[in-house]
Amino acid sequence: MNIHEFQAKQILGRFGAPVPKGQPAATADEAAAAFTALGVPKAVVKAQIHAGGRGKAGGVKLVASADEARTFAAGLLGKTLVTHQTGPQGRVVRRVYVEEASAVARELYLGMLVDRKAGAVSVIASTEGGMDIEEVAAKTPDKIITEVVNPLLGLAPFLARKIAFALGLKDKQVNQFAGLLASIYKAFIETDASLVEINPLVVTQDGRVICLDAKMSFDDNGLFRHPDIRELRDPNEEDADETEAAKYDLSFVHLDGNIGCMVNGAGLAMATMDIVKFYGAEPANFLDVGGGASTEKVAAAFRIILSDSRVKAVLINIFGGIMQCDVLAQGVVEAARQVKLSIPLVVRMEGTNVDKGKKILAESGIKVISAADMADAARRVTQAIGVGA
Amino acid sequence: MSILVNKNTRVLTQGITGTTGQFHTRACKEYGTQMVGGVVPGKGGTSFEGIPIFDTVEQAVRATGANAVVNYVPPAFSADAILEAVAAEVPLVICITEGIPVLDMVKVKHYLKNSKSRLIGPNCPGIITPGECKIGIMPGYIHKPGRVGVVSRSGTLTYEAVHQLTQLGIGQSSCIGIGGDPIIGTSHTEAMRLFNEDPATDAVIMIGEIGGTAEEEAAEYVKNHFKKPVVAFIAGQTAPKGRRMGHAGAIISGGRGTAADKIAALKAAGITVSMSPADLGTTLKAVLDGKAPRH
Repeated sequence: MNIHEFQAKQILGRFGAPVPKGQPAATADEAAAAFTALGVPKAVVKAQIHAGGRGKAGGVKLVASADEARTFAAGLLGKTLVTHQTGPQGRVVRRVYVEEASAVARELYLGMLVDRKAGAVSVIASTEGGMDIEEVAAKTPDKIITEVVNPLLGLAPFLARKIAFALGLKDKQVNQFAGLLASIYKAFIETDASLVEINPLVVTQDGRVICLDAKMSFDDNGLFRHPDIRELRDPNEEDADETEAAKYDLSFVHLDGNIGCMVNGAGLAMATMDIVKFYGAEPANFLDVGGGASTEKVAAAFRIILSDSRVKAVLINIFGGIMQCDVLAQGVVEAARQVKLSIPLVVRMEGTNVDKGKKILAESGIKVISAADMADAARRVTQAIGVGA
Repeated sequence: MSILVNKNTRVLTQGITGTTGQFHTRACKEYGTQMVGGVVPGKGGTSFEGIPIFDTVEQAVRATGANAVVNYVPPAFSADAILEAVAAEVPLVICITEGIPVLDMVKVKHYLKNSKSRLIGPNCPGIITPGECKIGIMPGYIHKPGRVGVVSRSGTLTYEAVHQLTQLGIGQSSCIGIGGDPIIGTSHTEAMRLFNEDPATDAVIMIGEIGGTAEEEAAEYVKNHFKKPVVAFIAGQTAPKGRRMGHAGAIISGGRGTAADKIAALKAAGITVSMSPADLGTTLKAVLDGKAPRH
């Protein structure tokens, strides 16, 4: 789960990391009031969307008065911002963050993430702040500093100093950085974060080390321990169908094609998308109904798939291990009746109670194209929409 | 022979009184697995369908001589249950549970180093040596005893591969689901090493998916050390970047972990890659019959 910059800064600030003073604003007047309340000569107004690249896209501006803050915020709020991370459809700006301006001397990069290869949390840092870190890693890998944190030791001060020196920090900045890193690590562990990115981390002209930008993502599996963080979820930043699917504990991702897919198991669901493509069509979605899906769950999955008007045919691929084919068939029949199914439906079922499942479908009166195996299913569904071999 | 489990494996179930624990303990027992005990804190001294229940793993091991444990404990408590099994020095710990917080797994992973245990999973279907021992949630009847190993990050996609093999009359030595989470106990590479050392395995189907670099590392191992034919499939060729595809670990991040990269690495290692998931069985058969070239 992702959150906004201002929320990330509030969390990091609470754990003692130095962040600039700021206030979120949902209207132009609130932005003007925030400027006045900050009581600083200059502030930065920043669009709050779950995507990077806001500065280059015109979503960030330095302002020197409440009026200027109001005008810029008025121009941003309600508008769609397109950055290199949003995709061409962009994101609607619903809030801005008004923050005291900082006089920047140096821009650095600081990241913290769950490192799969190390099986631990790693700190990533670079002198190349404010840039796309993946590009830096690809072009100049020697400019990336990576340190793995021992989970039992935690973030030891020596490790923080090592990174500080590698970043070329001097004098007081070294200990300031060590303190900042310790705060971020504490925040990371205590909130079950999966990623913290400070880009840029800056050294100000008066020698302070502060988090000028902040991004935080959280481990969905850890959210049950953090009801306060779960509250920060912004449904406006998420796909409505995906949010709806999550209510039924379905794992759903929208794609661009026109073959709706319903599968049990994440690996088989991905493989089903792949085989649809292999036979010349494009999948409309990833959908894992899970292991022990009930009739209601299957019916909900079916409704969500069919709510996409681009979907021209549906492919159901179930390998029943825990999932029983008769339960699936019942759900499909119910949902097909509810939505008055009018597009081709191809069903491939295998596994537990498969004969019962096939019987339920056959006797339902719903037009179902039965497939013998996965390849046959993909062939039939692509034929049904007139593409493929 | 086989890897990790056989007819002599004695298994404990952690979380034996939950719905999932009950269902699968029964199914494994029916398959012929020696289910020798259960562990549920506070329910020691009771039993489940004749299987004695203990308060701690340590007591259960002492009383039953178990050498493997399977964990169906809910996600909030599952990592602690793994730690308990490792502390009791159970050689093989299999965790089926999906949804364990990744930072809990960071601690588990650290604790496993220098321990006497091997962890399989979490978020996996388990392991089976057909005809001898099934530990986990896979449907037993699709398997057939034989000489092909299967290793995969996915559950149902493993069943798909096994089913294809069985339909072609090709049996399996052992099938191991290593799990779909970002941090897991046994990697593709370690599973491949076990199959390499197993005289009863002639060839392996290796199924990977997008996210991380475990398949690339396994490809490197295969290139340098593996002596048997390998057929591979990578799920998620059509998956978009930056989106999690069901499994917590199935995400292309920072341009890394794409199916294309993995397929290229596998091919460069001499592995035959099946581009369609429906051709895994036939591709393996062709390789065994000497009809498909090893790249």
